[in-house]
Amino acid sequence: MKLWNHYHTPQSVDEAVRLLMQYDGAARIVAGGTDLLVDMRAEGQDPHEALIDITLIPELRNIEAENGTIVIGAGVTHTAIVKSLQISNGATCLVESCGVVGGPQVRNVATLGGNVAHALPAGDGTTSLVALDAEAEIIHQSKRRWLPIRDLFLGPGQSLLDSSRDLLLRFRFKACADGEASAFKRIMRPQGVALPVLGCAVWVRLDNTRSFYESARICIAPVGPTPQRVFEVETAIQGKPVDENTVTEMVKIAHDSLRPRTSKYRATAEYRYEMIDVLLRRTLPLAAKRAQTGVSVPEGVGV
Amino acid sequence: MTNLEITVNGKTYAVDVPESRTLAQFLRIDLGLTGTKIGCEEAECGICTVLVDGTPVDSCIYPAFKAQGSQITTVEGLANGEALHPIQHNFVEHGAVQCGFCTPGLMMTSAALLDENPDPSEADIKIALKDTYCRCTGYTSVIRAIQSAAREKRGESPLPVNDPKVDEPMNVISRSVPPIDVIDKVTGRAKFTDDFVFADMLFARTLRSPHPHARILSINTEKAKALPGVHAVLTHKDVPGENLHGLVYRDWPVLCHDVVRYVGDAVAIVAADTEDIAADSLKLIEVEYELLPVVADPEYAHKADAPVLHPNHPTGNLLKHIKVRHGDIEQGFAEADVIVEREYRTPTTEHAFLEPECAIGVPNGYPGHEKLTVYVGSQIPYQDRDQICLAMNLTEKQVRVIGTLIGGGFGGKEDIAGQIHVAMLATVTRKPVKMLYSRQESLIFHPKRHATIIRIKTGAKQDGKLTAVQAELYGDGGAYASLSDKVMTRATTHATGPYEVPHAKIDCYAMYTNNVPSGAFRGFGVTQSAFAVEQNMDLLAEALDIDPLDFRLMNAQKVGVTTATGQLLRESVGLIETIDGVREDMQAHHNGSGFKWTWRDGHKAYAWGIACAYKNTGLGGGAPDKSEAEVEAFEDGTIEVRTAAADMGQGIAHVVAQCAAEEMHLAYERVKVLLCDTDLTPNGGPTTASRQTFMTGNAARLAASTLREAITRSAAEMMDVPPEKIYYEEGLLRSNGHSVEMGKVVGWMKSNGLSARVKHIYHAPPTQPLGTGGDMHFAFSYATQAALIEIDMETGEIHVLKVLSSTDIGRAINPLMLQGQIEGGIVMAMGNCLTEAFIIEDGVPWSQLLARYKMPSIKHTPEIISRLVEHRSSEGPYGAKGVGEIPSINTTPAICNAIYNATGVRIYSLPVDQDALVRALRSGQTEVHTAWQDVR
Repeated sequence: MKLWNHYHTPQSVDEAVRLLMQYDGAARIVAGGTDLLVDMRAEGQDPHEALIDITLIPELRNIEAENGTIVIGAGVTHTAIVKSLQISNGATCLVESCGVVGGPQVRNVATLGGNVAHALPAGDGTTSLVALDAEAEIIHQSKRRWLPIRDLFLGPGQSLLDSSRDLLLRFRFKACADGEASAFKRIMRPQGVALPVLGCAVWVRLDNTRSFYESARICIAPVGPTPQRVFEVETAIQGKPVDENTVTEMVKIAHDSLRPRTSKYRATAEYRYEMIDVLLRRTLPLAAKRAQTGVSVPEGVGV
Repeated sequence: MTNLEITVNGKTYAVDVPESRTLAQFLRIDLGLTGTKIGCEEAECGICTVLVDGTPVDSCIYPAFKAQGSQITTVEGLANGEALHPIQHNFVEHGAVQCGFCTPGLMMTSAALLDENPDPSEADIKIALKDTYCRCTGYTSVIRAIQSAAREKRGESPLPVNDPKVDEPMNVISRSVPPIDVIDKVTGRAKFTDDFVFADMLFARTLRSPHPHARILSINTEKAKALPGVHAVLTHKDVPGENLHGLVYRDWPVLCHDVVRYVGDAVAIVAADTEDIAADSLKLIEVEYELLPVVADPEYAHKADAPVLHPNHPTGNLLKHIKVRHGDIEQGFAEADVIVEREYRTPTTEHAFLEPECAIGVPNGYPGHEKLTVYVGSQIPYQDRDQICLAMNLTEKQVRVIGTLIGGGFGGKEDIAGQIHVAMLATVTRKPVKMLYSRQESLIFHPKRHATIIRIKTGAKQDGKLTAVQAELYGDGGAYASLSDKVMTRATTHATGPYEVPHAKIDCYAMYTNNVPSGAFRGFGVTQSAFAVEQNMDLLAEALDIDPLDFRLMNAQKVGVTTATGQLLRESVGLIETIDGVREDMQAHHNGSGFKWTWRDGHKAYAWGIACAYKNTGLGGGAPDKSEAEVEAFEDGTIEVRTAAADMGQGIAHVVAQCAAEEMHLAYERVKVLLCDTDLTPNGGPTTASRQTFMTGNAARLAASTLREAITRSAAEMMDVPPEKIYYEEGLLRSNGHSVEMGKVVGWMKSNGLSARVKHIYHAPPTQPLGTGGDMHFAFSYATQAALIEIDMETGEIHVLKVLSSTDIGRAINPLMLQGQIEGGIVMAMGNCLTEAFIIEDGVPWSQLLARYKMPSIKHTPEIISRLVEHRSSEGPYGAKGVGEIPSINTTPAICNAIYNATGVRIYSLPVDQDALVRALRSGQTEVHTAWQDVR
């Protein structure tokens, strides 16, 4: 079954924009294609007139770290992220989440940009980007600008970006400094589609004594139509000691504030509710320990 | 068309190709490099993996033009000339190749791993190959082959082959010779059906019903016929003969005429110049349907108010009521001190062989084809031919079926798929026509493993002796009969388990529904009943406070026992030895800390669980079971074995070659094998019921021994000595210090008008129909397995760490490859237990994508320790009996018993749902009656 008629590999953002204009809505942006092409086949869709592959545009293939900010091009593959020492040290949760997407063949072509553009409520990479408070650079309605990552999500599978007219260019976020660290874990089931039952990314900053949480950002997904921060926990954790009691308290607050739902063939609401507990108990202390020791070794990559 | 410049396996190409090509299509269609296989086109199965600039990618979704200017490596580029890559020859040596269809993908992924990591741990291998699936091997041999190749690449000695211990190896029998065709399979030269290309070939597609039950009001094909490039659009009106097929009951329309009975039922077929035109033309066929009420489950099907799906079937939706009556059931329960009664449920499951169905029809008169010829990878070529003849209104002399290599079958390639359709299209268009099913089409079309509901009551005395089994089974046969009658009969007759049960009353109802048909699937019904039987055994053992192994030993079938179908077991019942073997291995695998059934470590719980199984070899039940093989000797000193016995990776090709070599006193390398050509090979019968080693192994053995006698007689005449003075040594016939090469004798025979070709028709020992007592089967294989599992008590996640298996197979003809059957069967069964359910919602399959049907990947592979027990079967070739199915039967209950031992929660529905398990643990429940498919 044919999925596209023409395939373009522009070498610059300008060229990609020109092609989009030329096709006037009949072309579609593609990166790794591991979601798009598979979904098209699944749904028996008619072929796209043209696909515009942005992964060969040099400036979208880069990972840069300057002045404490990490910038990742939308065409960077999951494998490249997993292998990046800068991201491993500065945004461990992102490596942990990108490292569990698909299998190696998929990670070798699938991009973080594609993961975000797909706008799933619990995309693994997305969950970590939200906890990292990342921003995305986009060309939307012909305007090039940066905006908070969460603003890209309108609903399940619905992105602000029109993939036949807009472009996602790159992500940026602050790398973890001294006393800061992050962690990501998720729960899967061995049956059915490879979407997480529940994923959890946390970012923490400890105080100078490294004994108290100064601030934190937490994303647990899916608990709503778009990836959300758990602000109730983020507020409550400030100034709390790094110990088990705090975690228990935060679990209680998360339980009070999050209402996960049952999704068919993925998880019951009750199970997800239990997994909020499990994931917070596994990620918060891990991130805190990383912040205390300054050593962050990603866990679970590829498993 | 646009120019693509690309380097493949070191050779640079500049080719005009359509921009819509995927890399896999470009390699296969434009370059003819058919070593790269396509399994799903969903980036799920990974078997299409090639390297783009050294990086493994799924070529099935990789746009060809994305690879513009890149260096591509495919399986054809692995070897350096004739010198195999270390990955290739280690796959061969360690028995990591069965059907060979996934092999290119596994090897490419492995080769890339070794380029990056010269010393990968088992964990590294599991990460690298996580999404490269194999349905045959169970991955154990693959892991070893990769580690061995890594050593070799590092300049160290390769790992020794993990060849199992066997009794009394002979010259060729019980030796681990390499499988036939294995070099072709590791080099990409092996040809499966879709790899064949004929000049002027057309491409066919099938229009399938989107409704589970509907009346066809009209079919209009005019617009489709008018589409340029379309050569034929055919419907039921165009079926020249009988518009029905079916292996047991002829109830399945070739093309539906009045009613469609499941989502996927074939309504029309087209042939066009390209696959894309064929696909487009399907959208132009107009079918008007009137929706009918849906029969979505077998219990409802049995109700009086359910719509009747096959009005001509005398018992309505009840396809068959199968009964086992033995002793006096009331007396049996009256004698029992403890009785357990439970209900178990198993879901529909899918074979997920990695090669989707493909057939090519070539019309008579096409160059090289005197008669209408169908190329197909089928488990039953002769019955394919007969069914084509009936539908085409042709005689068997007018049709030839040529079996290609088969990329896995497991029972799923027994029924007719596209065979008749391509015969029709080739006949009408007068051109070769290829019909390749997409993975998604394969998923909805072909018969599956029966979903079953099993209510089973088992009684035992205080001393541990079983007194009675009463059971009621409902099997979801789906829309057409397929093999439901036989499969559910096996579920019924094996519902006592491999035990001595004096009183039994078992009733099974095989029902028609509007779900996908169910048919043969490795285990053939016994997989389902064992899930129930073996958990009831553990429940009883607990109630009686008897060790589960001891409890099984007390009741184990042995020589002298009469089964519930009235069969006196007279020989080859190795169950007790398998139980003893597993007990010994359980102690040995306990890391020296003293055996415990269960223990905790933090939030992880560990436990062992065990289960036993038995499985008949051969059709049995009074069905005449025979197999034919022919052996011919040539002047060059080689022989050829010919039989239409399908090799879907299980290895009947090397089995018949070994039998012939042993009888002819020849080196294995001198034996060629030709399989599955209805014009050139005699009928080996269906590849089903674990029967081929026993049946066709015997046919080949006996044909070869008769041929040897003929050659001996001729040699005696040549050398002028009595035949009994002649003996064989390495292809030579010797006597009194003289010797003559076997090939010379064959030449002498030919010049004297004697034939050096013998056909043998082997008839199995007679069996009795169910209900008549006596021998229902001529042999049974036995197995015991223990599973060690780890459960995360917080998340419910289950990991199978070890499986210890002991299997009585009579004799291992090829120990290493037989071990591969066991390892593959175990991992397939882990899927049955933990990951797989083919979900159908009110007749409409939800599991229409491979992405929605997870089978075990390499990361699930446990450590597997398998030992062989060889209680010879007097009739089997050299004592062998079947092995194909037995390993995949008891893994599921062994794991479920382990789950109970670890958690105190028992699983009554498959596949095990970690979600429900955690909810049960939190709420203090001890039973889980829902499964993954109930999460909604």
